Amino acid sequence: MYKLRQTLARVYAGAFVFYMLIPLVIMAAAAFNDNKTPSVVPWKGFTWKWFEALWADDRMWHAFQNTLLVALAVALISVIVGTAAAILINSVSGNLRSVLYGTMISTILIPGAVIGISTMIMWTKMGGALFGAEKPFPFIPGLHLSVLGQVSYIAAIVMLLVLARLQSFDQGLEEAALDLGATHGQVMRRILLPHLYPAIGAGAAVAFFQSIENFNVTQFTRGGADTLTVYVFSKVRSGITPTINALALMLICVTLALAIVYEIKRRRSASLEAAREAEARRAAALEEAVI
Amino acid sequence: MSNMIRRYGAALTLLICLLTAFWLLMLVIMPNITLLESSFRPYLPVTEIGGPKDVYTAANYMKVFNGDVEVSPLGFTFHLPVHVLTFSLTIFYSVVVTLICFLLAYPLAYFMAKILNPRSLPTMFLLLFVPLWVSEVLRAFAWWIILALKGPLSWALVNLHIIDKEVRWITGYNGVMIGLVYTYVLFMIFPVFNAISSLDSNQIEAAEDLGAPWWRIHWRIVLPHAKPGIASGAVMVFMLSAGSLLVPSILGSTTSQWFTQTVQQWMLDALDWNTAAAYAFLLLIMCTLFVSVVMKIFRVKLSDIAN
Repeated sequence: MYKLRQTLARVYAGAFVFYMLIPLVIMAAAAFNDNKTPSVVPWKGFTWKWFEALWADDRMWHAFQNTLLVALAVALISVIVGTAAAILINSVSGNLRSVLYGTMISTILIPGAVIGISTMIMWTKMGGALFGAEKPFPFIPGLHLSVLGQVSYIAAIVMLLVLARLQSFDQGLEEAALDLGATHGQVMRRILLPHLYPAIGAGAAVAFFQSIENFNVTQFTRGGADTLTVYVFSKVRSGITPTINALALMLICVTLALAIVYEIKRRRSASLEAAREAEARRAAALEEAVI
Repeated sequence: MSNMIRRYGAALTLLICLLTAFWLLMLVIMPNITLLESSFRPYLPVTEIGGPKDVYTAANYMKVFNGDVEVSPLGFTFHLPVHVLTFSLTIFYSVVVTLICFLLAYPLAYFMAKILNPRSLPTMFLLLFVPLWVSEVLRAFAWWIILALKGPLSWALVNLHIIDKEVRWITGYNGVMIGLVYTYVLFMIFPVFNAISSLDSNQIEAAEDLGAPWWRIHWRIVLPHAKPGIASGAVMVFMLSAGSLLVPSILGSTTSQWFTQTVQQWMLDALDWNTAAAYAFLLLIMCTLFVSVVMKIFRVKLSDIAN
């Protein structure tokens, strides 16, 4: 009975992974089908032509460029704001801390459509109040508003990552540096930030990918500009050719490559760690033997 | 705070406070206040804004009650305003999606936490993370291909002689549900997995030794322990589903309408931003209520959910 349940669990897990991956496989395979509508059936022969069409699609390239710019800006601002917020949260306590913390993480739960609409309305209204009908740059719809809207919740994710890292920080190090005559800037730059770098790096990566994925906020703030997600969306709704599948396949490949690089790095550091531990154990055993 | 000034100096402390204030005030609080304020203003031509007609009114919210449609669930026929119907259906189907996600995710999370060899866990995570990293629009698009009338699913089932001829899969809310479950089930797996992993396996073995059947072990030991994880997964899945715009737009049929689509129509098609603000605010209230109810039922704090 026990064995049977174990086997069932394994079968279920296998089926689940299949369920998660098969749509991606089908989507990728359709990129090579010589058929005007994107599908794998009926198979009309192998072709590269959708990749060529994708290569020649200027609108796509423009959207791609926009996506990268937005994602870089979001990552940069979110990391700065999120790190500052984490340091602040870590240094206050009591009611102030719970109010600040509650406000910060509640942004993760606000629906994207609400963030997009509220950001759009506030900035354009502010521009209207300050300058009248002829509003200058930051107060008009556009991708810069998408950046601000996305930062409003992505900064919270960065904040959580950095805050987790701060828990393992020994504040005595800062005290020691101050006692030895370090300036405040040096304490920040040489002591605190280096300790936070792994979390900041992870935060930047998460922010970058969250931004690329984002649709809801962008859709309501973008004005007339395209990002990749918006472009794909508009293509799916209005006459679609398998060029989108070609694009999807390339994005999946990039994702896979990044995932594999990450996994290899992780394994390498894990085996290094294991080796180090074994070394330490051997040294300890040796010491004991000598004594 | 004084501790902070002592460590980092007045200038850096001020900078840190300013950055946080910019985020919370300019990007979170002010936009939402403006949203609330706008939602009570009428939709006027540009020249009349600020004029005598520009007074606060609840008219935008009242638009929810315009336009009756006839609905007959379970044989009872009654009239309902069309946007109220959309609103209720969005909540209902989001709850259903959340339940399905839980039913799908729980066995897998348990398997990963307690049965699977910990050495294969990273590989499992990698396999599950790949679809998570592929953007939502492409995941919805993949199902759009699969569920097409002459698509792979119909083709496979016809060739396996399970069905005689192609079936239209995207009818009513079917497509939306399939898409939402596929897109968001992972947000249920990870928190539930985390919760179950922290359960001491000895407790399960002790229960087995004492003769508890497997379902009682889950009901009395694993599920109660996993409660915070389930709550946080449920909140994530519900919020993402109710707030999703991509999946209902791509996988929706002619008879399915999601509340975010209604909001989008006010904002981008009717260009009536004030009504869009009112509707967006309703969406926000609904989500806040749901989170509060779940937190009450499961007795968890907001900080447990965000992790």
